Amino acid sequence: MRPVLLAALLALAALPAAADKPRLPPNPVYKAECGSCHVAYPPRLLPASSWQLLMQRLDRHFGTDASLDAGAREEIGRYLAANAGRREPPPGVEPRITETRWFAKEHREVPAALWKGTAVKSAANCGACHRRADDGDYSERTLRLPK
Amino acid sequence: MNIFLLIMAAALALPALAADPASLLAGYQAEARKADAAFAASARRGEHFFTATHGGEWSCASCHGNPPDGAGRHAKTGKTIAPLAPGADPQRFTDAARSEKWFGRNCKDVLGRVCTSAEKADVLAFLLKRRS
Repeated sequence: MRPVLLAALLALAALPAAADKPRLPPNPVYKAECGSCHVAYPPRLLPASSWQLLMQRLDRHFGTDASLDAGAREEIGRYLAANAGRREPPPGVEPRITETRWFAKEHREVPAALWKGTAVKSAANCGACHRRADDGDYSERTLRLPK
Repeated sequence: MNIFLLIMAAALALPALAADPASLLAGYQAEARKADAAFAASARRGEHFFTATHGGEWSCASCHGNPPDGAGRHAKTGKTIAPLAPGADPQRFTDAARSEKWFGRNCKDVLGRVCTSAEKADVLAFLLKRRS
């Protein structure tokens, strides 16, 4: 009886992961705290060293105060470190995903005027084109350039 | 198992039910009266506060829009922000800790300091008056 119960529990635990396929669903605390002002950027887009730099100065986060309480800070820090990417870090003490070589390459076909248009406004506004970015979905299927 | 989950969900929802915009306003007003016994929250003063830049670059309305019962847009990142007025989004101001956290961050961004209880009461009075 015991092994059956254990198997059932394991299957239940695995369900949400199976439903989300290969995407990493944003951690709920990360999404609530960071994803209110900007998209909860996928952790793999920066290496752990860059996330660490950002987490160290949240009270001066790109010109705004993004401070967190100790509990949220620790959980988000752990989530970012565990899921960080391995590419070369972008420059500076305020590393930007948009200044990684990967970002430039992926977006090389986007016309310059589109970045500056009111629909996009900022290269930080992933959701302007990646309509499901809030859920960590950046697939071509959900990509639509604004007019 | 299902009943257990329901009970758990109900227990988790409890803290969120503990506050509503009117009781938050009353709390800020009571706090403000400790310094000024005659204080009464004013929607008109709240609107002025909400739309003023206070000597800096941004006002509250820079991100939350004015009137704040439609969706706002982050002044820097362009991200859409859900309407701030409780009349437009019933989730707003239903969690005291969450409201305090955002007053803390955003007041620092707009005014370069924390907001007083009187200012928070005025802003809430303004937001509550905006029911469409």
